[in-house]
Parts: sequence; C-alpha cells; structure tokens
Amino acid sequence: MDITVNGTAVAPPDDARVSLLDMLRDHLHLTGTKVGCNQGACGACTVLIDGRRVLSCLTLAAQAAGREVTTIEGLDPHPLQAAFVERDGLQCGYCTPGQICAAAAMIDEVRAGVPSYVTADLSAESVPFSRDEVRERMSGNLCRCGAHNGIVDAILEVADGSTV
Amino acid sequence: MNPVQYRRAESVEDAFPGAQWRLLGGGTNLVDLMRKGVEHPAGLLDVTGLSEEIAASDDGGLVIGAAARNSAVAAHPLVRRRYPMLARAILAGASAQIRNMATVGGNLMQRTRCAYFADAAGSRCNKRAPGSGCDAIGGFTRYHAIFGASPECVATHPSDMAVALAALDARVNVAGPGGTRTIPLAEFYRLPGDRPDLETTLGADEIIVSVAMPASPFAGASAYRKVRDRASYAFALVSVAAGVTLRDGVVDDVRIALGGVAARPWRALRAEETLRGTRPTDEAIDAAITAELASAEPLPGNEFKIELVRRTTVAVLSELRGTPA
Repeated sequence: MDITVNGTAVAPPDDARVSLLDMLRDHLHLTGTKVGCNQGACGACTVLIDGRRVLSCLTLAAQAAGREVTTIEGLDPHPLQAAFVERDGLQCGYCTPGQICAAAAMIDEVRAGVPSYVTADLSAESVPFSRDEVRERMSGNLCRCGAHNGIVDAILEVADGSTV
Repeated sequence: MNPVQYRRAESVEDAFPGAQWRLLGGGTNLVDLMRKGVEHPAGLLDVTGLSEEIAASDDGGLVIGAAARNSAVAAHPLVRRRYPMLARAILAGASAQIRNMATVGGNLMQRTRCAYFADAAGSRCNKRAPGSGCDAIGGFTRYHAIFGASPECVATHPSDMAVALAALDARVNVAGPGGTRTIPLAEFYRLPGDRPDLETTLGADEIIVSVAMPASPFAGASAYRKVRDRASYAFALVSVAAGVTLRDGVVDDVRIALGGVAARPWRALRAEETLRGTRPTDEAIDAAITAELASAEPLPGNEFKIELVRRTTVAVLSELRGTPA
C-alpha cells in the first residue's frame, strides 16, 4: 500500500524503523519539514495526515501507508505564509513550516467546533477564535526565537479574514 | 533502534502476536522509547484499524473503542455533554498533534515519564531493568510520587485521561486468547511494590478492546484541573478530577481522583468518604483532602505536592459547589 505525499504515490520504505520524517527528508528530499527534537516535544516536524496535524518524527512511515500526507511543500502557497512574514511570525524560520502546517489544521479544528482545554463551555457547538484559544491550540509548536506573539497575530489575521 | 517488523491487525483475534511483539497505537510513546533504547520489540502490531467507535450504551453510559484517537474522544458530542471532565482531561494532555495520533488504549498503556526510566544509557531503573536500582530516589524528584511508592520505584503515571476515567468509575474491556473480561479502572494499574516492571493487571497476551463508562450524575458539576510547570503542553505536577452532586446543600455523591501523585490515578476514597453527607464548606473540603494526604509520603524534592494537592482540591470543589448539578 502506497503513501500519498502531496498528491504523489510513494512506496513505503522497506525498513519499518524509518520515521515519516526521515522518509520525507532523506528519501523524498522534501526538506521543508524540519527535524527539531526528534522526540515529540517541539512540533517542528508537524505534517498533515488525512488533513489532521501529527508529528512526523513519532510516526513510522509504515503507519502512513494508505493515507494522504501533506507537507509544507504541499500547502504552498498558503495565506498563512504571507501573514507570518507580514506579522513577524518568525525570526530564524526553522520552526515555521511546522507552525504553518499546525496552524492550517488548527483553523479547521476551530471552525469544526472542536474545543480546547481553555474553552469555557465544552458543550457549546462553536468555539471562539480568541488569542487565548490560539495560544493553547498552538502550544505543541515551540519557537525558540520567541516569535509567538507574531505567530498568534498572523493566525488570527488569516482566521478572521476567512482567507483559508 | 533495533530492526523491527510491522504489520496491521485485521481483527481482535489477530492481535495476539506473541511476547516479543508490541501493540502499536499512535506510537507517540512507544516509538520514542524504541528510539531511546528502552523498548526493543521484535515486531509492532498496528492495532489502530480495530474499533474506534464511540457509542452510547443502553444504561446511559458510553463505550469507547480502544483505537479511538484522543482528539476524537474529546471532540465527541456525547463525551462533551455527559462527561465534560473526561473531555477536559484529554484536552489537558500533550499537544493537538499528539492527541490526533494517540489512541485510548495507548494512552492507558503509556509508560512513566520518569527521566531515569527513559535514560537507558545512563541511569539505573528497577522498572526498566528489574533489580538494577533506582536513581530517581535521591535524585530529581519534582515529578515523582507522593502516594503508593516503594523503595524500588517512585514513578508516576503520566495520563490525564486515566485520572478522569478513575473518577468516572470506568471499566476496561480486554480480550485474550482465552476470551474476554472486564477490569475496573481502579484495578487496572498496579502499585510498584517490589515489581515496578509490572504496571498493569493486563495479561501479556491481552489487548484492550474498549473503555466503558457508566452513566454519570456529574455532567453538570465536574471538572479537571491540571497544575504544571508551564501553562500548556507539560505533564502534571498535580491534577484533580472531581465531580459532586448535592441534595439539600449536603454532598450526596462526590468523586475525587488525583493525577501526578502515584503510579496510578489516585482515587481519593478517604476524602470522598469524609465529604459525603456533609455541607461542602471550604473547611469541610480542606479537612477531607487533608485526611487523604495523611497517608502521603513525599520525597525531598516533591514535598510541595502536599500543599498543591490540598489547595487545588479545595479550589476545584469549592467552584463545583456553586454549580447546579
């Protein structure tokens, strides 16, 4: 069973130890997805599987067989990219592909009414697109340059503008 | 990481691959532990294709398939309406990416985040290598147990979800080659004693099929509060899952389960007994949790958890007291 990466069918690696992250970067040369901690703590390796954000470092490539993987290369061009630049949502840029993949999926989650830990009323059918909500929902993506304020601004701008 | 085989289970009957294999859910903990050299299975049996159904049961309860992703459980309308404590607990755990990957069965079976356990190359650990000693004792114990530990192991269980499940009297439905059985969540985890490597009462050849919860009277007055070193994406120092029902201003039923304090979700039964039938004033709540804490045995690095448990429990229950059940 093949893995579909940004619309192209790819055979999974023979060695079951290969992570989705390593397959993307080392086998397919899709180096937009970044290696940060390689232990599920930083979010730099975030990609989408069947539209949901996951960590590619803790996903074995074999687990993605039969599924659709979307990386930052597959999202490009995305309105979040321009918003991150405009709002200074980055400094060194290393965490940015993961931030944008995570944010794109997060906007869909909020629009689908998925609650977060800071959502006051869990039984409500819709949740607000507030600064606190975005900060909580993006907590899986660290930025060591400290560009979080700009990241939240960029996400709120795109979400409010309904440009996605 | 050692070479490993991988295949997907087609059915529960197909999910008993032998002692050298491990069942693979989302992989968020197991893949990491393999990379760190803590786990070295010969094969990984991916069980995420088994039941992920979330369905109401006839008795007003809910049954959640073991392969249901954590994010799917927390977002499910019935969970949010009937068991908001469970939804809140799941949402308190990890990050959105990890909750999208992690399964309910995998969440229950995840290993401690004790740093000495994870440090296969440099630390002694009776859980990882029985009889080798424990470098946590006398080490950095900020995240370690204050209840039910032993001279062999002071690790805590990291799950938020399981703390809510303990408060809700959940049951774990399991299957093995010999058939199926049900384990109350309260009996699912072992305390370390002299065998900290044995963490659950699940047999080596058994698989979690689903988690069942009885109807809950606490939907309107329940909470999960997690206290941690940063506001989000961190394991609990202390967490409190609580629900209360009142009749004529007196506690009719109450549940209190504590996270981050023991090798299992710590159901505060003594505190519950003390509170039942009383008016839940701040003083009464304080006295109840203080009675529970009488059996706590903190380590030099985590004595603060006594006060943190006391204050968090009083804060949570005094808030719930004001919530109409």
